[in-house]
Formats: sequence, structure tokens, C-alpha cells
Amino acid sequence: MQTRGEVETRLKEFDIEKYTTSVRRRDAIFEIVGLIATFLVMLFLFVISVDLLIDGWVRIKDGSFYTSYPSRFPEEAGILSSWVGTVYVMAGAIFWAVVLGIPAGIYLEEYGGKGKIARIIEANISNLAAVPSIVYGLLALGVFVYRFKFGESILTAGLTLGLLMLPVVVVSTRESIRRIPRSIREAAYALGATRWETLFHHILPYSLGGIFTGLIIAASRAIGETAPLITIGALTFIAFLPPAPWEDFWGMLLSPFTVLPIQMYNWVSRPQEAFHTNAAAAGFILLVIALLMNSIAFYLRYKVRRKYQW
Amino acid sequence: MTLSLGAKKAIDVALFLFLMLMGAVSVFVTFAIVWVLVVDTVRFFTHPEGGGFPISLIRFFTETQWTPTFYNKQIGIWPLVNGTFLIAFISMLVAVPLGILVAVYLSEYASWKVRETVKPWLDFLEAVPTVVYGYFALLFVTPILQKVLEPFGIPVEGMNALSPGIVIGVMILPYTASMIEDAFKGVPQYLREASYSLGASKLRTALLVVLPAAKSGVLSAYLLGFSRAIGETMVVAVAAGMYPQITANPLEPIQTITGYIVQVALGDLPFNSFEYLSIFAAGFMLFIITLILNSIAVYLKSKAVGY
Amino acid sequence: MVNPTKMLEERKVSPSTGNANLKIEVKNFDFYYGSYHALKGINFPIYEKRVTAIIGPSGCGKTTLLRAFNRMHDLYAGARYEGKIIMYPDGINLVDKNTDPLRVRMRIGMVFQKPNPFPKSIYENVAYGLKIRGIKSKKLLDEAVERALNGAALWEEVKDRLHTNAYSLSGGQQQRLCIARAIAVEPEVLLFDEPTSALDPISTAKIEDLIVELKQRVTIVIVTHNMQQAARISDYTAFMYLGELVEFGPTEKIFTKPEKKLTEDYITGRFG
Repeated sequence: MQTRGEVETRLKEFDIEKYTTSVRRRDAIFEIVGLIATFLVMLFLFVISVDLLIDGWVRIKDGSFYTSYPSRFPEEAGILSSWVGTVYVMAGAIFWAVVLGIPAGIYLEEYGGKGKIARIIEANISNLAAVPSIVYGLLALGVFVYRFKFGESILTAGLTLGLLMLPVVVVSTRESIRRIPRSIREAAYALGATRWETLFHHILPYSLGGIFTGLIIAASRAIGETAPLITIGALTFIAFLPPAPWEDFWGMLLSPFTVLPIQMYNWVSRPQEAFHTNAAAAGFILLVIALLMNSIAFYLRYKVRRKYQW
Repeated sequence: MTLSLGAKKAIDVALFLFLMLMGAVSVFVTFAIVWVLVVDTVRFFTHPEGGGFPISLIRFFTETQWTPTFYNKQIGIWPLVNGTFLIAFISMLVAVPLGILVAVYLSEYASWKVRETVKPWLDFLEAVPTVVYGYFALLFVTPILQKVLEPFGIPVEGMNALSPGIVIGVMILPYTASMIEDAFKGVPQYLREASYSLGASKLRTALLVVLPAAKSGVLSAYLLGFSRAIGETMVVAVAAGMYPQITANPLEPIQTITGYIVQVALGDLPFNSFEYLSIFAAGFMLFIITLILNSIAVYLKSKAVGY
Repeated sequence: MVNPTKMLEERKVSPSTGNANLKIEVKNFDFYYGSYHALKGINFPIYEKRVTAIIGPSGCGKTTLLRAFNRMHDLYAGARYEGKIIMYPDGINLVDKNTDPLRVRMRIGMVFQKPNPFPKSIYENVAYGLKIRGIKSKKLLDEAVERALNGAALWEEVKDRLHTNAYSLSGGQQQRLCIARAIAVEPEVLLFDEPTSALDPISTAKIEDLIVELKQRVTIVIVTHNMQQAARISDYTAFMYLGELVEFGPTEKIFTKPEKKLTEDYITGRFG
């Protein structure tokens, strides 16, 4: 091996000092580039918010914007019917997400184990999470609107968004249950508690914070969903409010509706610039709602972590 | 509360059945999606206005125009597929490099403190309504593109593929980056230690050890991001136009599958009309494309586990 | 009860003779994880081209000490070094704040508890450190890879499949590949962190032979929880307990005439 000497010499003469300096510099440069890229993403968020705020400021500060129905005169148009619609639809969506999602999460985590049924459901839920939201809209249009004859109603919209929220709620339910140590369960069983007693007295109370967090995150995403609701035929021009649920519950459920993001879409797709101002104002309000909900979720998660440190 | 042992057992069984039923709802939902898409797509292809089966099916894959809502109905799906993929590719041009950059930074460089500060914001970005991104694409990004490109004699139309493509790229970035970061987290620490123990820099360790070890996971993240870009609706509905055409020029208006569904759904939709059925045929195509992408992604992810 | 003299009978090294040069000197060394005081006031020498074994019950801090030599702790937040670990001939303090960990790791190699080859080809694994050190030509790399694999007694087994994935090797072969990867760059010191704890007896024997062989070229520090192993291959032994160094000396002396009662108890298997 003649070159043995050469490799050895090269290794011996390798300038570690120079290497270290140049590599440290490269690492520092990359770190700055990475930091900039990361902050660019957040800057993007900041620019959007400021852009909406500036464009929509005239209407954001205008009280009548919140108490007026849509109108063909941009400066008279408001978001009354759409924010009320959003409240009703989200109440429905959260209801369905809770009723369907939390039990499903409990089933998968507490009973499912490695069984075949559980595995199928699990794979299915992760598939559902990746289905484009507009496909949910087609499902709702074909099934709820036409075949179940729920019409283009608050009921249909609530169901649709509830199904959209389902995967997130299931996953977060599972995760918060999983965080409860076995010892708690074993202690309960050792005292002779049945499964449902253990579930209702121990597992659910301890995991409620985490489940709530997931629910809020899911809701914050559903509240901005536009595509599936357009698909089911939500109207963009609604100049009345649904009947109050305590007066006519079914009438409320089957009432036509609009929601904030649809109202915004309607305004942004009009040619007149004055409507764009309204769109910006509605967009800013949506952004603030999303931020508020995420902050609550963040705070809850923080509190849950502090409270239960197993 | 004094219940007999038998009653307690009965409650246990009832609870189990109830929970399993709720768990199964997700399976029903999937079946319902597939069923509705298949049934209404079949109705589309047997509808007399499309020429009936099998002529309509042949037309679907051979014609080069998509005008089911016109008097002269052409039902070639390719213009919509073209628009969909054009937008998705543009978005990947943004999301692929930035996604890896952000993920490498967050996973290998950033201190715990920076990571904890950044992560909630990335979560929040996922909650920004897509219609807001649409507004931003149409009224912020497009005018900038026009100002920048038009002095060079490059005409940018008010509706184009580039602007929503860029915005969707940034939109899917937090999602993609956090999945890549998860893939990086799955790379065992002892591989990093092996690299550092040989005198490697952070950058070399990240790019030559961590990244190759996580490559299935990274690829899976990109595919899911791509699938999301393909299914994204509101940004394109607002900013990409309503002009289905086969083109590679990102500065012209186009239409995506999702954009078409929105356009038609905004009108009146009698249950048996050809227009109503056409959105199911288009939606079926969308569903198949995203299903294929997601399945590959899931397969890759399952391969990524295990060292 | 174990008979320590019996252990020495299996010794693979002749009693160390002659004066060895000082390679590393640990001086009043303390180490903290956050507020946890993991290592306390450690003092002992490491001699050039000798095998020094660090033994002690689990949790005594032996691995922590080993990972201080190549500043592995710097990868994690909350690590703090106090005191000195001086490396000769240049007298650099390895754990000084101003000493770049990279500079340390360029001179001190490491073999880990669990074989950890990169998910790359056998060839790429060995070439990794060489490329860092600027050796890029295929000819030089080929030669150096062959030499390193020979040095790790692995060449004959893998020469026909250098470009297959390292994970196709058995556990023992993987560990020898990791040794080849570490020696390819000709480090001055090689750290072994319980290198055989995940291996079968035959692979263990091969690696032990290898370590004895390697000390002609490089200074070796090995952490082991297996006293027989320390007896078989080391020239010097350091016994640690609860984050402190109890006793250091030539291996024969530690195993036959330990000065401290604690050392004797451990060596004879009364605890640990």
C-alpha cells in the first residue's frame, strides 16, 4: 500500500483550526437563513393581517357593519346574517364532532387495542383527514341535501363541518387519554370499578382538558371552511335571521344560511372595489376569531400540562 | 349507587357497543363519500346530454375542452386536471425548498425556546381561513406580480395560476414543515451522535445523515402537501380564474377541478341536471388523485418507521 | 464471590511495562446536568497507547465521564463542565468553554454502546469521516477504506459487498464497521462506550482482540460494566462510584491489591 503514507500525511496535516472556523461559519449562515425562512412564514401571516386591517379598517370600526344585512350598496352591507349563521353552524358542527368524535376516540384508545375493527377504523380516520374538504361538500350535497332532503340548511352545514372536524377530534381524544398513566386505571380496577366507572370517574375527567384543546383547534379550522359550504349551496345573500332555536328549533335547523367566509368570498369576487373593503373587514374578523380560538387552545394545553404532570 | 353486578356488566356491554358504533361512523362516512361519488358519476356518464355511456366516458378522456355548462357541451377533463396540477406544481416550488429549510432549522438548529415560540404560530397559520389566503392572492400578490413583471413586457392577467400557486405554497408550508420535522424527530439520536463524534458540522449531519435517514418521511410529507394543494379550493376560486384550458403558462387564467365545483355550485343545481352531475364526475377525479397521493404517502410513512 | 486473580488469568495483554507518556489528564473535573451534579472532583491520568478501562456500577457516571472527553454533552442543553481535561502534547483543555467541540471531536473518536452505522453503504460509512477531512479522491478513499476495514478485522468479510447497506451486516459486524469508521480518520484517542454490551460472546471476543491490537496505534478509553472485560484488555483501570472516582491504578493492582475497601467489594462482586 503505497498511498497509505499519503492518507496518513493528509490526515495529519489536516488543518483542524481552519476546518472548524469555516464549518462554524457555514453553520452560522445556515442558522440565520433557517431563522429568516421561519420568520418569513410568520411575516407572511403578519403581512396578511396588516393588509386586511388597512384595507378593511373603515368597516371594521363601523358598528353598523356588524348589525346590517348584506346589501347591493357596499357601504350599507354588513355581516349580521353571516356571523349569526356562523354561530349556528358552528354550534351544530361542534355538537356532531363531540357526539361522534369523542366516543370514537375513546373506543379506539380504550377498547380497540390491536383488534381488526379498530385497525380498520384507525386507517380510515387517517384517510379521511387527508380528503379535500370540498369532497365533504359533495358528500353533503349528494346525501344530506338531496337524498336525506335536509336541504341547503344549517342542519346540513353543521353535519358537514362536524364530519370535517371528526379526524382531529378523534386523534386528540386518543392522545389525551393515552397520556393518563396505566397506574390510574389499574388503581380504579383494583378497587373493583367497572370499565364505565373507570371511564367516567377517572379517564374522562383527567383527559377533558386535552380533548377540549383538540376540539377548539378543530373548530378554529372549521370556522373558516368555505368550500364545502358553497358546495352544499349556502346562499350568499341572506337578508333575514334564522328563527331562534327556543321558538322554532326545526325551523332553525332547516333554515337557509350564510356564514362569514362565504360572505367574504362573495364580496371578494365582486368587481367593485368598495366590496373588497367589506371582504377585508370580514377577513380580519375571521382572522381574529381564529387567533382567539388558537390562543385559548394554547392556554388550555399549557394548563393541562401544568396540572397533570404524571 | 347500588347496582347489581349483572346491571353493571350490562352497562359495560352497552357502553362498549355504543362506543364501537360511534367509532364506525367514520367508516360509514367514507363509504358514503365513495358511494355518492360513484353513483352520481355513473349518472353523469349515462346522462343523454353527454352522449350516454360509453361515448361520454371516451369524450371525458379524449376531448380537450371542458364546457359542460355551455350550450355546446365538451366534457374533456384534461383542462381542469392541467390547471389543478399547474397550481400544485407552482405551490411545490415554494413549499419544497422552504419546507426543508424550516424543518431542518427547527429540528436541528433552533433552541428549545425558539421552537416553542414558533410552533404555536405555525399551528395558527393552519387555522387561517383559505378564503383569506384567496383575498391575499388576488388583491396583494397579483398586483405585486403585475408591477414587477409588466415593466419587462411580461403581461400578467388579473386572474392567473402563479399568484394562487405561490400563496398555496406558503399556505401548505407549516403543514409540510411540521411533518418533515416529525420525520426528522423519528431519526434516532445515535445516528446524529455518530456523525458529530466524527467531527461533522450540524449542516453535514442534517443533510447527509438525518435527511437521508428520514427520506421516506420527508417524501411522504411532500406528497401530503401536494395532495393538499391539489384539493385546495378557495384560493383558486378567488384568484385563478374560471377558464379551463390546457396550458403551461402560469400567467394566464386557468381553472382547477375544485374551482369548477365552486363555480357550478354557486348556481342553481337541479338534482338531475347535467351540470349538477358534472361536479361529481370532476370531484370523483379529484378524489382519485388525492387518494392515490395519500396512499403512497401513508405507505412511505409506514416504511419510515424502524431503525 | 468472584476471584479477581482468576479474572486476570484470561488477560489478553502482557503487564504494561516501561513508562507511558501522559495523553490526557483529568483535573478536578466536575460535570452538571442542569442543577444535577453528575461528576464530582475527578482526577486521573490516561496514558498514551494504553487501554484505560472505566468501571463501576450502573449510574456511577462512567459513561457521562467518557462523553465529556469528546464533548458529546454539548449536543444537549443544560450541560456544564468545570475543571480541566488536558490533552497532550499540546496541553489543550478539552472542556474549556473556548475550546470548540468540533476541534475535540476531530481528534478523539468514539464507538458507541449500540452499533450505530449510518443507513448508507459499508463503504460510505467508513468514508464519512475521511470526506470531512478533505479526502475526496476515489483512489485515496478506496485505500483508506480498505485499510480501516482491515484494521477492524472486517475487510475479508465485506470486501465483496462494500456497496451494500450497512444494515445487512450482523450486530457484531456492524460494531466492527463502527470501529473501522472511527479509526479510518486516525484519531489520537478512541473512546469505547460499552461496545460489546449488545453483542454475543463470539463477537465480543473479536472486538476485545481488536481493542488490544488497536492500542499500538491509538490511546483507548473504554467504559465497561463487565469487570472480566476490563481485566482481560485494559492496562489501567479507573473505578467510579456515585459520580466520584474511587480508585485508579494499573489493572493488575486494582484487581489484586486495591487500596480502597469499596473497590475490593465491587471487584469481588459484593455489590454492583
